[in-house]
Amino acid sequence: MWRFFHQWGSPKSFFELSGRCLPWIGGLALLTLFSGLLWGLLYAPADYQQGHSVRIMYVHVPAAIVAQSSYVLMASCALISLIWKMKLADVAFTTLAPIGGMVTALALLTGAIWGKPTWGTYWVWDARLTSTLILFLLYAGVISLRQFGSPTPQGGRAAALLAIIGVINLPIIKYSVDWWFTLHQPASFTLTARPSMPFEMWAPLLVCVVGTYLWMIWLWLLRMRVEVIKRESRSLWVKEALLIS
Amino acid sequence: MGEGGVAHLVKFESWGEFIAMGGHGPYVFAAYGLVILGLVGMVLIARANMNAARETIRQRALIDEVSS
Repeated sequence: MWRFFHQWGSPKSFFELSGRCLPWIGGLALLTLFSGLLWGLLYAPADYQQGHSVRIMYVHVPAAIVAQSSYVLMASCALISLIWKMKLADVAFTTLAPIGGMVTALALLTGAIWGKPTWGTYWVWDARLTSTLILFLLYAGVISLRQFGSPTPQGGRAAALLAIIGVINLPIIKYSVDWWFTLHQPASFTLTARPSMPFEMWAPLLVCVVGTYLWMIWLWLLRMRVEVIKRESRSLWVKEALLIS
Repeated sequence: MGEGGVAHLVKFESWGEFIAMGGHGPYVFAAYGLVILGLVGMVLIARANMNAARETIRQRALIDEVSS
């Protein structure tokens, strides 16, 4: 266990290990997303009420799930970087913020597009939508705060603190559909109950969710590797790793 | 639409029907387009950043070598 942390915690071993995993994760992400999206677009059934617009679910729900999970991951890395001043944790939360921001934007945009044929409007100021907009603003806040600091865990303190405080928003997003009257439908997936939709719908949805997670991990590793060699550009191992390959 | 073993499972009779999506075509394809653009775009940008960072470090190392 400690060996594991030690290996992934040092920028040099992170660069070597992630370099070996990267092609596999990337290939798997592309394969999963391609088949999931094709399944949703061509083979999944239309909804008896919504018709074919229900196919937007296969891009909207994965984006929304990964948007929230990314926030948990980002805040955890921010906490580790605040407490232990670990270099790699600072790199991790810094590089995850734009990814989270992007998937949150995609969740909001696809949700708006789905809202028009389903609810008759692109946007309503209801609890689920508003709290997801706040999630996007939190990501934007973390990104801009991080720009001011130096590339050390100390330079990222303000951004890390904002990331941690913003965790309060996550239960609000999750329970917003139960606490307030809302147009938004309740959760599509829960760990405890059977899915409320038929197999023909939740199977491709699950594939798309897994694919989007893999994409997030792939992109996160890619971005972390860039940040690591930028920060360590003066050290010998970076020069060796780059000049040999 | 298409050949192969699962072609009969496709929920559309023709390309025209697929594009129209029962009137919801613009919404469905706009949503899929945005997501694919966002996911692919972010990966391409990250790769370009990696190449740029490599190049900078490589050139700096060359300058260091010449000046030392």
